[in-house]
Amino acid sequence: MCAISRKVTTAMKIRTLRRHVNESFKSLGRNGWMTFASVSAVTVSLVLVGLFLMVMFNLNKIAGDIESDVEVRVYLDQSMTQAQQDALQRDLKEVKNVQSVRFQSKKEGLDSLMESLGNDRQSFSDLKKENPLPNAFILKTNKPEQTIAVAKAVKSLPDVTDVRYGKGTVEKLFRFINIARNVGIILIIGLLFTSVFLIANTIKLTIVARRREIEIMKLVGATNAFVRWPYFIEGLVMGVLGSIIPVVLVMVVYRFAYYNLGGNLQQMFIRLIPYHIMTTNLSLLLVGIGGLIGVWGSMSSVRKFLKI
Amino acid sequence: MDDVILMQNVWKAYPNGVMALNGIDLSVKQGEFVYIVGPSGAGKSTFIKMIFRELKPTRGKIFINNKNIANLRDRQVPYFRRKIGVVFQDFRLLPKLTVYENVAFALEVIEEHPRQIKRRVMEVLDLVGLKHKLRSFPDQLSGGEQQRVSIARSICNRPPVLIADEPTGNLDPETSWQIMDVFRRINEQGTTVVMATHNRDIVNKIRHRVLALEGGMIVRDQQEGDYGYED
Ligand SMILES: Nc1ncnc2c1ncn2[C@@H]1O[C@H](COP(=O)(O)OP(=O)(O)O)[C@@H](O)[C@H]1O
Ligand SMILES: [Mg+2]
Repeated sequence: MCAISRKVTTAMKIRTLRRHVNESFKSLGRNGWMTFASVSAVTVSLVLVGLFLMVMFNLNKIAGDIESDVEVRVYLDQSMTQAQQDALQRDLKEVKNVQSVRFQSKKEGLDSLMESLGNDRQSFSDLKKENPLPNAFILKTNKPEQTIAVAKAVKSLPDVTDVRYGKGTVEKLFRFINIARNVGIILIIGLLFTSVFLIANTIKLTIVARRREIEIMKLVGATNAFVRWPYFIEGLVMGVLGSIIPVVLVMVVYRFAYYNLGGNLQQMFIRLIPYHIMTTNLSLLLVGIGGLIGVWGSMSSVRKFLKI
Repeated sequence: MDDVILMQNVWKAYPNGVMALNGIDLSVKQGEFVYIVGPSGAGKSTFIKMIFRELKPTRGKIFINNKNIANLRDRQVPYFRRKIGVVFQDFRLLPKLTVYENVAFALEVIEEHPRQIKRRVMEVLDLVGLKHKLRSFPDQLSGGEQQRVSIARSICNRPPVLIADEPTGNLDPETSWQIMDVFRRINEQGTTVVMATHNRDIVNKIRHRVLALEGGMIVRDQQEGDYGYED
Protein backbone atom coordinates (compact mmCIF):
# COMPACT_ATOMS: atom_id res chain seq x y z
CA MET A 1 0.00 0.00 0.00
CA CYS A 2 2.87 2.40 0.60
CA ALA A 3 4.30 3.15 -2.80
CA ILE A 4 7.03 5.38 -1.44
CA SER A 5 10.05 3.21 -0.83
CA ARG A 6 11.68 3.49 2.54
CA LYS A 7 15.18 2.40 3.22
CA VAL A 8 15.91 1.82 6.87
CA THR A 9 19.36 3.14 7.57
CA THR A 10 20.93 3.80 10.93
CA ALA A 11 23.59 6.17 9.65
CA MET A 12 22.36 9.68 9.11
CA LYS A 13 21.92 10.68 5.52
CA ILE A 14 24.13 13.49 4.28
CA ARG A 15 21.23 15.70 3.27
CA THR A 16 19.69 15.21 6.71
CA LEU A 17 22.90 16.27 8.38
CA ARG A 18 23.10 19.27 6.06
CA ARG A 19 19.55 20.17 7.03
CA HIS A 20 20.32 19.96 10.75
CA VAL A 21 23.44 22.11 10.37
CA ASN A 22 21.48 24.68 8.32
CA GLU A 23 18.71 24.83 10.87
CA SER A 24 21.11 25.31 13.76
CA PHE A 25 23.07 28.09 12.10
CA LYS A 26 19.84 29.80 11.10
CA SER A 27 18.72 30.05 14.71
CA LEU A 28 22.20 30.94 15.97
CA GLY A 29 21.93 33.94 13.66
CA ARG A 30 18.35 34.71 14.55
CA ASN A 31 19.16 34.85 18.28
CA GLY A 32 22.34 36.81 17.59
CA TRP A 33 22.60 38.64 20.88
CA MET A 34 21.78 35.67 23.06
CA THR A 35 24.25 33.61 21.08
CA PHE A 36 26.86 36.29 21.62
CA ALA A 37 26.16 36.44 25.35
CA SER A 38 26.36 32.66 25.71
CA VAL A 39 29.54 32.37 23.71
CA SER A 40 31.06 35.21 25.77
CA ALA A 41 30.15 33.47 29.01
CA VAL A 42 31.80 30.30 27.81
CA THR A 43 34.82 32.35 26.74
CA VAL A 44 35.21 34.03 30.12
CA SER A 45 34.82 30.73 31.97
CA LEU A 46 37.27 28.92 29.77
CA VAL A 47 39.87 31.70 29.94
CA LEU A 48 39.87 31.31 33.70
CA VAL A 49 39.79 27.52 33.48
CA GLY A 50 42.70 27.64 31.07
CA LEU A 51 44.88 29.93 33.15
CA PHE A 52 44.01 28.05 36.32
CA LEU A 53 44.81 24.67 34.85
CA MET A 54 48.02 26.04 33.36
CA VAL A 55 49.20 27.05 36.83
CA MET A 56 47.84 23.99 38.60
CA PHE A 57 49.38 21.52 36.17
CA ASN A 58 52.76 23.13 36.65
CA LEU A 59 52.48 23.37 40.42
CA ASN A 60 51.51 19.73 40.54
CA LYS A 61 54.46 18.76 38.42
CA ILE A 62 56.86 20.83 40.52
CA ALA A 63 55.43 19.44 43.74
CA GLY A 64 55.76 15.97 42.33
CA ASP A 65 59.35 16.61 41.32
CA ILE A 66 60.17 17.95 44.76
CA GLU A 67 58.28 15.22 46.51
CA SER A 68 60.27 12.52 44.82
CA ASP A 69 63.30 14.54 45.90
CA VAL A 70 62.35 14.68 49.55
CA GLU A 71 65.20 13.02 51.28
CA VAL A 72 67.42 13.39 54.28
CA ARG A 73 71.09 13.81 53.51
CA VAL A 74 73.70 12.85 56.04
CA TYR A 75 77.05 14.31 55.04
CA LEU A 76 80.10 12.35 56.16
CA ASP A 77 83.19 13.83 57.64
CA GLN A 78 86.23 13.35 55.35
CA SER A 79 88.05 11.68 58.23
CA MET A 80 85.59 8.80 58.75
CA THR A 81 86.97 5.29 58.27
CA GLN A 82 85.22 2.62 56.23
CA ALA A 83 84.34 0.74 59.46
CA GLN A 84 82.75 3.85 60.96
CA GLN A 85 80.77 4.39 57.77
CA ASP A 86 79.49 0.81 57.74
CA ALA A 87 78.45 1.12 61.40
CA LEU A 88 76.61 4.36 60.66
CA GLN A 89 74.85 2.84 57.69
CA ARG A 90 73.56 -0.01 59.91
CA ASP A 91 72.37 2.50 62.53
CA LEU A 92 70.59 4.62 59.93
CA LYS A 93 68.67 1.60 58.66
CA GLU A 94 67.36 1.06 62.21
CA VAL A 95 65.85 4.56 62.45
CA LYS A 96 62.06 4.55 62.47
CA ASN A 97 60.29 5.33 59.15
CA VAL A 98 63.42 5.13 57.08
CA GLN A 99 62.63 3.39 53.84
CA SER A 100 66.04 3.20 52.27
CA VAL A 101 69.62 4.24 52.84
CA ARG A 102 71.86 4.81 49.88
CA PHE A 103 75.52 5.74 49.80
CA GLN A 104 76.45 8.58 47.46
CA SER A 105 80.10 9.13 46.79
CA LYS A 106 81.42 12.64 46.29
CA LYS A 107 81.78 11.98 42.57
CA GLU A 108 78.18 10.84 42.18
CA GLY A 109 77.09 13.92 44.13
CA LEU A 110 78.89 16.20 41.71
CA ASP A 111 77.54 14.40 38.63
CA SER A 112 73.94 14.76 39.79
CA LEU A 113 74.52 18.41 40.62
CA MET A 114 75.90 19.03 37.11
CA GLU A 115 72.94 17.18 35.65
CA SER A 116 70.42 19.38 37.44
CA LEU A 117 72.19 22.56 36.37
CA GLY A 118 71.40 21.83 32.75
CA ASN A 119 72.60 24.55 30.40
CA ASP A 120 74.28 26.51 33.16
CA ARG A 121 76.79 23.79 33.92
CA GLN A 122 79.66 25.49 32.02
CA SER A 123 79.92 28.22 34.64
CA PHE A 124 80.49 25.59 37.32
CA SER A 125 82.92 23.47 35.31
CA ASP A 126 85.92 24.37 37.49
CA LEU A 127 84.21 22.43 40.32
CA LYS A 128 85.30 19.33 38.47
CA LYS A 129 88.96 20.11 39.12
CA GLU A 130 88.54 20.04 42.84
CA ASN A 131 85.34 18.41 44.09
CA PRO A 132 84.22 20.19 47.29
CA LEU A 133 81.34 17.79 47.98
CA PRO A 134 81.57 15.23 50.80
CA ASN A 135 80.40 11.63 50.69
CA ALA A 136 76.84 11.21 51.91
CA PHE A 137 74.10 8.81 52.89
CA ILE A 138 70.76 9.56 51.29
CA LEU A 139 67.71 8.48 53.25
CA LYS A 140 64.21 8.11 51.88
CA THR A 141 61.39 8.18 54.36
CA ASN A 142 58.19 6.19 54.04
CA LYS A 143 56.15 9.39 53.68
CA PRO A 144 57.25 12.97 52.86
CA GLU A 145 55.79 14.34 56.11
CA GLN A 146 58.09 12.04 58.18
CA THR A 147 61.13 13.88 56.87
CA ILE A 148 61.52 16.20 59.83
CA ALA A 149 61.17 13.48 62.50
CA VAL A 150 63.65 11.27 60.72
CA ALA A 151 66.13 14.13 60.34
CA LYS A 152 65.95 14.80 64.09
CA ALA A 153 66.41 11.14 64.99
CA VAL A 154 69.38 10.87 62.67
CA LYS A 155 71.01 13.94 64.13
CA SER A 156 71.16 12.29 67.56
CA LEU A 157 73.21 9.36 66.26
CA PRO A 158 76.93 9.29 67.10
CA ASP A 159 79.38 10.53 64.44
CA VAL A 160 76.70 12.55 62.68
CA THR A 161 77.25 16.28 62.40
CA ASP A 162 75.69 17.52 59.16
CA VAL A 163 72.09 16.61 58.33
CA ARG A 164 70.08 18.39 55.63
CA TYR A 165 66.45 18.10 54.51
CA GLY A 166 63.73 20.09 52.66
CA LYS A 167 62.81 22.14 55.80
CA GLY A 168 59.06 22.12 55.18
CA THR A 169 59.09 23.88 51.81
CA VAL A 170 57.32 20.92 50.39
CA GLU A 171 54.61 21.06 53.02
CA LYS A 172 54.10 24.74 52.37
CA LEU A 173 53.89 24.16 48.65
CA PHE A 174 51.39 21.36 49.06
CA ARG A 175 49.26 23.44 51.38
CA PHE A 176 49.31 26.31 48.88
CA ILE A 177 48.39 24.02 46.01
CA ASN A 178 45.47 22.61 47.98
CA ILE A 179 44.05 26.01 48.81
CA ALA A 180 44.55 27.32 45.30
CA ARG A 181 42.93 24.21 43.90
CA ASN A 182 39.85 24.46 46.13
CA VAL A 183 39.28 28.16 45.55
CA GLY A 184 39.85 27.73 41.82
CA ILE A 185 37.54 24.77 41.53
CA ILE A 186 34.67 26.52 43.30
CA LEU A 187 35.09 29.63 41.17
CA ILE A 188 35.27 27.66 37.97
CA ILE A 189 32.33 25.41 38.74
CA GLY A 190 30.27 28.52 39.36
CA LEU A 191 31.34 29.99 36.04
CA LEU A 192 30.77 26.78 34.13
CA PHE A 193 27.25 26.47 35.51
CA THR A 194 26.54 30.05 34.52
CA SER A 195 27.64 29.22 30.98
CA VAL A 196 25.49 26.10 30.88
CA PHE A 197 22.55 28.13 32.11
CA LEU A 198 23.04 30.86 29.48
CA ILE A 199 23.31 28.33 26.69
CA ALA A 200 20.25 26.51 27.96
CA ASN A 201 18.38 29.82 27.86
CA THR A 202 19.48 30.62 24.33
CA ILE A 203 18.38 27.22 23.14
CA LYS A 204 15.09 27.65 24.98
CA LEU A 205 14.45 30.83 22.98
CA THR A 206 15.03 28.93 19.78
CA ILE A 207 12.75 26.15 20.84
CA VAL A 208 9.96 28.46 21.92
CA ALA A 209 10.22 30.25 18.59
CA ARG A 210 9.82 26.88 16.92
CA ARG A 211 7.31 25.24 19.19
CA ARG A 212 4.78 25.06 16.42
CA GLU A 213 7.29 23.51 14.08
CA ILE A 214 8.26 20.88 16.63
CA GLU A 215 4.61 20.13 17.31
CA ILE A 216 3.99 19.52 13.62
CA MET A 217 7.16 17.48 13.27
CA LYS A 218 5.98 15.20 16.05
CA LEU A 219 2.52 15.08 14.56
CA VAL A 220 3.73 13.76 11.23
CA GLY A 221 6.09 11.24 12.80
CA ALA A 222 9.55 12.83 13.07
CA THR A 223 11.68 10.97 15.60
CA ASN A 224 12.89 12.66 18.76
CA ALA A 225 16.45 12.30 17.54
CA PHE A 226 15.57 14.18 14.36
CA VAL A 227 13.95 16.99 16.36
CA ARG A 228 16.88 17.11 18.75
CA TRP A 229 19.81 17.23 16.31
CA PRO A 230 19.74 20.93 15.34
CA TYR A 231 19.73 21.93 19.02
CA PHE A 232 22.55 19.55 19.77
CA ILE A 233 24.60 21.14 16.99
CA GLU A 234 23.61 24.63 18.09
CA GLY A 235 24.86 23.99 21.65
CA LEU A 236 28.01 22.32 20.42
CA VAL A 237 28.82 25.23 18.10
CA MET A 238 28.32 27.80 20.87
CA GLY A 239 30.54 25.84 23.23
CA VAL A 240 33.31 25.34 20.71
CA LEU A 241 33.15 28.97 19.55
CA GLY A 242 33.53 29.97 23.18
CA SER A 243 36.75 27.99 23.46
CA ILE A 244 38.60 29.70 20.59
CA ILE A 245 39.80 32.79 22.46
CA PRO A 246 40.80 30.81 25.57
CA VAL A 247 42.86 28.41 23.46
CA VAL A 248 44.70 31.23 21.72
CA LEU A 249 45.23 33.03 25.00
CA VAL A 250 46.63 29.95 26.68
CA MET A 251 49.09 29.50 23.82
CA VAL A 252 50.27 33.10 24.00
CA VAL A 253 50.49 33.29 27.78
CA TYR A 254 52.26 29.98 28.11
CA ARG A 255 54.70 30.88 25.39
CA PHE A 256 55.60 33.98 27.36
CA ALA A 257 55.74 32.16 30.69
CA TYR A 258 57.70 29.22 29.40
CA TYR A 259 60.33 31.08 27.45
CA ASN A 260 60.75 34.01 29.83
CA LEU A 261 60.16 32.66 33.32
CA GLY A 262 61.21 29.14 32.47
CA GLY A 263 64.91 30.05 32.35
CA ASN A 264 64.87 31.80 35.72
CA LEU A 265 63.02 28.94 37.34
CA GLN A 266 65.48 26.45 35.99
CA GLN A 267 68.22 28.07 38.02
CA MET A 268 66.11 27.20 41.02
CA PHE A 269 66.00 23.60 39.77
CA ILE A 270 62.33 23.98 38.80
CA ARG A 271 61.22 22.76 35.40
CA LEU A 272 57.94 23.74 33.74
CA ILE A 273 55.88 21.40 31.58
CA PRO A 274 57.22 21.63 28.00
CA TYR A 275 55.41 24.14 25.76
CA HIS A 276 53.99 21.78 23.17
CA ILE A 277 52.79 19.18 25.61
CA MET A 278 51.08 21.81 27.72
CA THR A 279 49.38 23.74 24.92
CA THR A 280 48.26 20.68 22.99
CA ASN A 281 46.67 19.01 26.00
CA LEU A 282 45.18 22.17 27.43
CA SER A 283 43.72 23.24 24.06
CA LEU A 284 42.03 19.89 23.57
CA LEU A 285 40.75 20.01 27.11
CA LEU A 286 39.32 23.51 26.68
CA VAL A 287 37.61 22.69 23.39
CA GLY A 288 36.25 19.54 25.02
CA ILE A 289 34.92 21.37 28.06
CA GLY A 290 33.41 24.05 25.80
CA GLY A 291 31.64 21.47 23.66
CA LEU A 292 30.41 19.63 26.73
CA ILE A 293 29.01 22.80 28.29
CA GLY A 294 27.21 23.65 25.06
CA VAL A 295 25.71 20.23 24.55
CA TRP A 296 24.72 19.92 28.17
CA GLY A 297 23.01 23.31 28.14
CA SER A 298 21.11 22.65 24.96
CA MET A 299 20.06 19.11 25.77
CA SER A 300 18.75 20.15 29.18
CA SER A 301 16.46 22.62 27.42
CA VAL A 302 15.29 20.23 24.73
CA ARG A 303 14.36 17.45 27.12
CA LYS A 304 11.40 19.34 28.53
CA PHE A 305 9.97 20.00 25.11
CA LEU A 306 10.19 16.51 23.75
CA LYS A 307 7.81 14.63 26.01
CA ILE A 308 5.52 12.63 23.80
CA MET B 1 -9.33 -9.37 11.69
CA ASP B 2 -9.64 -6.75 9.00
CA ASP B 3 -10.48 -3.93 11.38
CA VAL B 4 -8.42 -0.82 10.78
CA ILE B 5 -9.40 0.45 14.23
CA LEU B 6 -10.44 -1.86 17.04
CA MET B 7 -11.04 -0.61 20.58
CA GLN B 8 -11.67 -2.98 23.45
CA ASN B 9 -12.96 -1.59 26.73
CA VAL B 10 -10.99 1.66 26.47
CA TRP B 11 -10.97 4.00 29.44
CA LYS B 12 -9.27 7.35 29.79
CA ALA B 13 -8.82 9.27 33.01
CA TYR B 14 -6.97 12.58 32.86
CA PRO B 15 -4.41 13.21 35.59
CA ASN B 16 -6.88 15.58 37.29
CA GLY B 17 -9.34 12.71 37.67
CA VAL B 18 -11.74 13.59 34.84
CA MET B 19 -13.01 10.39 33.21
CA ALA B 20 -13.11 11.35 29.55
CA LEU B 21 -13.76 7.88 28.09
CA ASN B 22 -15.68 5.18 29.92
CA GLY B 23 -15.33 1.78 28.34
CA ILE B 24 -15.34 2.24 24.58
CA ASP B 25 -15.81 -0.81 22.35
CA LEU B 26 -15.60 -0.19 18.66
CA SER B 27 -14.59 -1.64 15.34
CA VAL B 28 -13.94 0.33 12.16
CA LYS B 29 -13.33 -1.49 8.87
CA GLN B 30 -10.96 -0.58 6.07
CA GLY B 31 -12.41 2.18 3.91
CA GLU B 32 -15.19 3.25 6.27
CA PHE B 33 -16.19 6.88 6.87
CA VAL B 34 -17.21 7.55 10.47
CA TYR B 35 -18.60 10.71 12.08
CA ILE B 36 -18.07 11.20 15.82
CA VAL B 37 -20.81 13.44 17.19
CA GLY B 38 -21.90 14.52 20.63
CA PRO B 39 -22.13 17.55 22.89
CA SER B 40 -19.15 19.57 23.98
CA GLY B 41 -17.07 17.73 26.57
CA ALA B 42 -18.41 14.34 25.48
CA GLY B 43 -14.91 13.05 24.83
CA LYS B 44 -14.65 13.40 21.04
CA SER B 45 -11.23 15.05 21.05
CA THR B 46 -9.96 12.59 23.62
CA PHE B 47 -11.17 9.76 21.40
CA ILE B 48 -9.33 11.24 18.40
CA LYS B 49 -6.13 11.74 20.41
CA MET B 50 -6.16 8.09 21.44
CA ILE B 51 -6.08 6.96 17.82
CA PHE B 52 -2.81 8.69 16.96
CA ARG B 53 -1.30 8.03 20.34
CA GLU B 54 -1.15 11.55 21.61
CA LEU B 55 -2.71 9.97 24.69
CA LYS B 56 -2.40 6.49 26.14
CA PRO B 57 -5.53 4.73 27.39
CA THR B 58 -5.74 4.30 31.14
CA ARG B 59 -7.17 0.86 30.50
CA GLY B 60 -8.08 -1.24 27.46
CA LYS B 61 -6.63 -2.07 24.06
CA ILE B 62 -6.50 -0.06 20.87
CA PHE B 63 -5.57 -1.94 17.72
CA ILE B 64 -4.63 0.10 14.68
CA ASN B 65 -3.98 -2.15 11.69
CA ASN B 66 -3.98 -5.09 14.13
CA LYS B 67 -1.27 -3.62 16.31
CA ASN B 68 -2.04 -2.76 19.91
CA ILE B 69 -0.81 0.80 20.33
CA ALA B 70 -1.62 0.92 24.04
CA ASN B 71 1.72 -0.72 24.80
CA LEU B 72 3.70 0.88 22.00
CA ARG B 73 7.13 2.04 23.13
CA ASP B 74 7.86 5.75 23.04
CA ARG B 75 10.50 5.31 20.38
CA GLN B 76 8.09 3.43 18.13
CA VAL B 77 5.47 6.16 18.29
CA PRO B 78 6.96 8.30 15.47
CA TYR B 79 6.92 5.35 13.08
CA PHE B 80 3.35 4.55 14.07
CA ARG B 81 2.27 8.18 13.48
CA ARG B 82 3.51 8.06 9.91
CA LYS B 83 0.61 5.73 9.19
CA ILE B 84 -2.03 8.08 10.60
CA GLY B 85 -3.04 11.36 8.98
CA VAL B 86 -4.34 14.04 11.34
CA VAL B 87 -6.32 17.20 10.60
CA PHE B 88 -7.33 19.84 13.15
CA GLN B 89 -9.79 22.68 13.37
CA ASP B 90 -6.96 25.24 13.44
CA PHE B 91 -5.01 23.91 10.39
CA ARG B 92 -1.60 24.04 12.11
CA LEU B 93 0.38 25.33 9.15
CA LEU B 94 3.77 26.99 9.41
CA PRO B 95 3.24 30.67 8.50
CA LYS B 96 6.72 31.24 7.07
CA LEU B 97 6.54 28.34 4.66
CA THR B 98 4.73 28.30 1.33
CA VAL B 99 1.95 25.86 0.54
CA TYR B 100 4.41 23.58 -1.20
CA GLU B 101 6.93 23.80 1.65
CA ASN B 102 4.30 23.14 4.31
CA VAL B 103 3.39 19.84 2.68
CA ALA B 104 6.96 18.91 1.82
CA PHE B 105 8.01 19.59 5.41
CA ALA B 106 6.00 16.58 6.60
CA LEU B 107 7.94 14.32 4.25
CA GLU B 108 11.31 15.96 4.88
CA VAL B 109 11.21 15.39 8.61
CA ILE B 110 10.62 11.69 8.10
CA GLU B 111 13.60 11.73 5.72
CA GLU B 112 11.78 10.85 2.52
CA HIS B 113 13.80 11.00 -0.68
CA PRO B 114 13.75 14.50 -2.24
CA ARG B 115 12.59 13.26 -5.65
CA GLN B 116 9.72 11.32 -4.08
CA ILE B 117 8.82 14.38 -2.03
CA LYS B 118 8.44 16.60 -5.06
CA ARG B 119 6.28 14.11 -6.91
CA ARG B 120 4.10 13.31 -3.94
CA VAL B 121 3.56 16.94 -2.90
CA MET B 122 2.35 17.83 -6.38
CA GLU B 123 0.07 14.80 -6.35
CA VAL B 124 -1.65 15.68 -3.08
CA LEU B 125 -1.90 19.39 -3.91
CA ASP B 126 -3.63 18.33 -7.11
CA LEU B 127 -5.99 16.12 -5.11
CA VAL B 128 -7.07 18.99 -2.86
CA GLY B 129 -7.24 21.39 -5.81
CA LEU B 130 -4.44 23.74 -4.81
CA LYS B 131 -1.76 23.01 -7.36
CA HIS B 132 -2.00 26.57 -8.66
CA LYS B 133 -1.31 28.05 -5.19
CA LEU B 134 1.84 26.21 -4.30
CA ARG B 135 3.92 29.38 -3.91
CA SER B 136 1.39 31.18 -1.71
CA PHE B 137 1.87 31.62 1.99
CA PRO B 138 -0.85 30.55 4.45
CA ASP B 139 -1.91 34.14 5.20
CA GLN B 140 -2.60 34.68 1.51
CA LEU B 141 -5.15 31.85 1.54
CA SER B 142 -8.76 31.57 2.69
CA GLY B 143 -9.59 29.37 5.67
CA GLY B 144 -10.90 26.65 3.40
CA GLU B 145 -7.74 26.70 1.31
CA GLN B 146 -5.58 26.52 4.42
CA GLN B 147 -7.52 23.51 5.63
CA ARG B 148 -7.02 21.87 2.24
CA VAL B 149 -3.27 22.39 2.59
CA SER B 150 -3.38 20.77 6.00
CA ILE B 151 -5.36 17.85 4.57
CA ALA B 152 -2.81 17.52 1.76
CA ARG B 153 -0.09 17.38 4.37
CA SER B 154 -1.91 14.76 6.41
CA ILE B 155 -2.25 12.35 3.50
CA CYS B 156 1.10 12.88 1.77
CA ASN B 157 2.57 9.81 3.44
CA ARG B 158 -0.42 7.70 2.23
CA PRO B 159 -1.76 6.83 5.66
CA PRO B 160 -4.44 4.11 5.73
CA VAL B 161 -6.30 6.14 8.36
CA LEU B 162 -7.19 9.83 8.35
CA ILE B 163 -8.57 11.36 11.54
CA ALA B 164 -9.98 14.86 11.79
CA ASP B 165 -11.08 16.84 14.85
CA GLU B 166 -13.76 19.32 13.78
CA PRO B 167 -12.08 20.11 10.46
CA THR B 168 -14.88 22.46 9.41
CA GLY B 169 -15.24 24.09 12.83
CA ASN B 170 -13.63 27.36 11.69
CA LEU B 171 -15.12 27.45 8.21
CA ASP B 172 -18.27 28.91 6.67
CA PRO B 173 -20.88 26.46 5.34
CA GLU B 174 -19.94 26.74 1.68
CA THR B 175 -16.25 26.16 2.35
CA SER B 176 -17.16 23.24 4.60
CA TRP B 177 -18.79 21.50 1.66
CA GLN B 178 -15.59 21.86 -0.34
CA ILE B 179 -13.64 20.27 2.49
CA MET B 180 -16.12 17.40 2.63
CA ASP B 181 -15.60 16.90 -1.08
CA VAL B 182 -11.87 16.50 -0.45
CA PHE B 183 -12.56 13.96 2.28
CA ARG B 184 -14.88 12.09 -0.07
CA ARG B 185 -12.11 11.81 -2.65
CA ILE B 186 -9.62 10.59 -0.08
CA ASN B 187 -12.13 8.06 1.27
CA GLU B 188 -12.83 6.82 -2.24
CA GLN B 189 -9.14 6.00 -2.61
CA GLY B 190 -9.59 3.50 0.22
CA THR B 191 -8.50 5.60 3.18
CA THR B 192 -10.49 5.13 6.37
CA VAL B 193 -11.77 8.50 7.61
CA VAL B 194 -12.79 9.28 11.22
CA MET B 195 -14.14 12.78 11.73
CA ALA B 196 -15.34 14.43 14.92
CA THR B 197 -17.82 17.14 14.03
CA HIS B 198 -20.50 19.56 15.22
CA ASN B 199 -21.75 20.19 11.70
CA ARG B 200 -25.34 19.01 11.66
CA ASP B 201 -26.05 19.82 8.02
CA ILE B 202 -23.08 17.88 6.76
CA VAL B 203 -23.83 14.78 8.86
CA ASN B 204 -27.48 14.77 7.80
CA LYS B 205 -26.74 15.40 4.14
CA ILE B 206 -23.67 13.25 3.48
CA ARG B 207 -24.76 10.07 5.19
CA HIS B 208 -22.11 7.89 6.80
CA ARG B 209 -21.81 5.82 9.94
CA VAL B 210 -22.45 7.97 13.02
CA LEU B 211 -21.00 7.33 16.49
CA ALA B 212 -22.57 9.46 19.21
CA LEU B 213 -20.50 10.01 22.35
CA GLU B 214 -21.96 11.26 25.61
CA GLY B 215 -20.11 11.36 28.89
CA GLY B 216 -17.32 9.30 27.42
CA MET B 217 -19.59 6.47 26.27
CA ILE B 218 -20.92 5.44 22.87
CA VAL B 219 -24.64 6.00 23.11
CA ARG B 220 -25.44 5.40 19.44
CA ASP B 221 -23.72 3.60 16.56
CA GLN B 222 -25.75 3.95 13.41
CA GLN B 223 -24.99 3.18 9.75
CA GLU B 224 -26.10 6.04 7.44
CA GLY B 225 -27.01 7.84 10.67
CA ASP B 226 -28.20 11.38 11.32
CA TYR B 227 -26.75 14.06 13.56
CA GLY B 228 -29.46 13.73 16.18
CA TYR B 229 -28.82 16.90 18.23
CA GLU B 230 -30.50 20.27 18.01
CA ASP B 231 -27.48 22.61 18.47
N1 LIG C 1 -5.98 17.81 29.16
C1 LIG C 1 -7.08 17.61 29.90
N2 LIG C 1 -6.98 17.52 31.23
C2 LIG C 1 -8.07 17.31 31.98
N3 LIG C 1 -9.30 17.14 31.50
C3 LIG C 1 -9.46 17.24 30.17
C4 LIG C 1 -8.36 17.47 29.30
N4 LIG C 1 -8.82 17.48 28.03
C5 LIG C 1 -10.15 17.27 28.12
N5 LIG C 1 -10.55 17.12 29.39
C6 LIG C 1 -11.92 16.83 29.87
O1 LIG C 1 -12.30 15.59 29.32
C7 LIG C 1 -13.65 15.65 28.89
C8 LIG C 1 -13.73 15.34 27.39
O2 LIG C 1 -13.12 16.40 26.68
P1 LIG C 1 -12.93 16.38 25.10
O3 LIG C 1 -12.40 15.07 24.72
O4 LIG C 1 -12.14 17.58 24.72
O5 LIG C 1 -14.43 16.55 24.62
P2 LIG C 1 -15.01 17.09 23.24
O6 LIG C 1 -13.92 17.12 22.24
O7 LIG C 1 -16.10 16.14 22.91
O8 LIG C 1 -15.55 18.45 23.52
C9 LIG C 1 -14.15 17.02 29.26
O9 LIG C 1 -14.81 16.93 30.52
C10 LIG C 1 -12.90 17.85 29.39
O10 LIG C 1 -13.07 18.87 30.33
MG1 LIG D 1 -13.14 18.70 21.06
